[in-house]
Amino acid sequence: MARINLDHIRHAYGPNPKKPSDYSLKEVHHEWNDGGAYALLGPSGCGKTTLLNIISGLLQPSEGKILFDGKDVTNLSTQERNIAQVFQFPVIYDTMTVYDNLAFPLRNRRVPETEVDRRVTEILEMIGLSDRAKKKAQGLTADQKQKISLGRGLVRSDVSAILFDEPLTVIDPHMKWVLRSQLKRLHKQFGFTMVYVTHDQTEALTFADKVVVMYDGEIVQIGTPAELFEKPKHTFVGYFIGSPGMNVLPAKIDGSSVDLDGQKVNLSFAPKFAAGAKMELGIRPEFVRLGREGMPVVISKVEDIGRQKIVRATFANKPIAIVVHEDGEIPAEPKITFDPNAINIYADSWRVGGEA
Amino acid sequence: MEKTWNNKAWFMVLPVLVLVAFSAVIPLMTVVNYSVQDTFGNNQFFWAGTDWFIQVLQSDRFWDALTRNLIFSGIILAIEIPLGILIALNMPKTGLGVPFCLVFMSLPLLIPWNVVGTIWQVFGRVDIGLLGYTLDAIGIPYNYVNNVFDAWVTLIVMDIWHWTSLVVLLCYAGLVSIPDAYYQAAKIDGASRWAVFRYIQLPKMKRVLLIAFLLRFMDSFMIYTEPFVVTGGGPGNATTFLSIDLVKTAIGQFDLGPAAALSLIYFLIILLLSWIFYTVMTNSDAQS
Repeated sequence: MARINLDHIRHAYGPNPKKPSDYSLKEVHHEWNDGGAYALLGPSGCGKTTLLNIISGLLQPSEGKILFDGKDVTNLSTQERNIAQVFQFPVIYDTMTVYDNLAFPLRNRRVPETEVDRRVTEILEMIGLSDRAKKKAQGLTADQKQKISLGRGLVRSDVSAILFDEPLTVIDPHMKWVLRSQLKRLHKQFGFTMVYVTHDQTEALTFADKVVVMYDGEIVQIGTPAELFEKPKHTFVGYFIGSPGMNVLPAKIDGSSVDLDGQKVNLSFAPKFAAGAKMELGIRPEFVRLGREGMPVVISKVEDIGRQKIVRATFANKPIAIVVHEDGEIPAEPKITFDPNAINIYADSWRVGGEA
Repeated sequence: MEKTWNNKAWFMVLPVLVLVAFSAVIPLMTVVNYSVQDTFGNNQFFWAGTDWFIQVLQSDRFWDALTRNLIFSGIILAIEIPLGILIALNMPKTGLGVPFCLVFMSLPLLIPWNVVGTIWQVFGRVDIGLLGYTLDAIGIPYNYVNNVFDAWVTLIVMDIWHWTSLVVLLCYAGLVSIPDAYYQAAKIDGASRWAVFRYIQLPKMKRVLLIAFLLRFMDSFMIYTEPFVVTGGGPGNATTFLSIDLVKTAIGQFDLGPAAALSLIYFLIILLLSWIFYTVMTNSDAQS
């Protein structure tokens, strides 16, 4: 187990990067706690896997240092860093049995055979493949193969960290849930430092203590699921987390009053921002109240998704989503108000606070 | 939907049938015709039954040539397959080296067989050939014309020079199709270089190796042009393979009956051995 420090890491795949856009991974400088469960969340191509491979040592960062427990490991190989990693698509050794597949990482490290047997039996039990232990791994289904890959990641008890690169992509939804809970249980039991890459917000929010949201090669926010929901630091986080995502409306700000294309909203604080910045107001659909009071909207569509209804409407010439409880009433002349505590103000897409 | 039943499909396969008939079936049947009859010219044929087959199978000449064929194929497979794998493993996977290596590797395959023979025939000559002359000059006695061992070494080295590339290219194709994740996983699992080869690369190359093995076996078993050009089957009969023997019988002695019987036996041997190899190798695949 280890504390991971990412010290001014940058990475470019091409040689001689000059512009910021040459970097696939823009500067990352963070400390990740020992025994933490982190999820790297972001759309495809945002640098999640690059960052993961830099931590595991499969990739050398162009700039910066990585420290495990304060020790510089930047130039160490994956093996020397003692990392386990599970990949997106199952990697199995076709010619070996399921048992030998799981024993492979241990035998390569000359672990005594009695210990190998104990660990492998335990993992086989956990991934539910005990009855196939002596079978060749070749004939298994994709999700069984991926369980073997997961098992190989978990079989070593002394790893510094376990990295998961979208490991549940090929697994069917029911099994996904089961495996995720097992991972979470293991994390609680053994306290591994776990880093989990995914583009699925549910997966990230349920798995991790801290979610690292990445966008365009940059970490835009690290926070607990609640922080990401209530105080998204960047409009991207607001849009990416939550379903539907946050409403972001262009705004003109004067002191503590906001002008949304003619509609006025008062804030409980006066945001501080540089002159000329592009200002926006963000409000989650859950905090928009639909009723007979407030600002007028024109409803275009109501989606019933069971426990809730999502109302799509036009407000101040912009589309807006509103979440209404399943038996919430939709008035004939609909008007909306914003929950004042749930309003976030963004200057050039970044959240700004203010003096209260 | 109602299925349409008519005989139009026959027209579609007709061109292939005609082609196969003229290129394979009719010549083969002509050979069968000769193998069971005797002729003294004038288009007069006499029924010979299985006489020619018995004659061929009882002759030392046939068994000696067959033994030479098997030894030759055995040696070149034992060298070309491992050597091909070794070269493929060390070829670059990315960068400018890739096209260079691929072109370089395919060069010997582009040279016509009789030209390969001629190149080596001249190359090995003691009086004017670079190889023969140099070996002689540094004191190694070498003469493929009158020394049996030298003749064999020349033929084997020539075949390796000519055909190892084929094994290399096939193995290379197998290797580049392995996803990167396998190598990364192996690194993380702490696998040694040997374990990576044994458990990742070799299993993934299995299919292409089977093809390489079959192609090289069939081709080497049918070898004719190169030994014909270089040694002409000599010294004595030391490099007279079945194909060379066949031509000697058919064109040299004009014994059409025995030659036809020999061709059929030769054909059946290749068919049988290839079938055995294929079955054994694919079965080991299916067992798992």
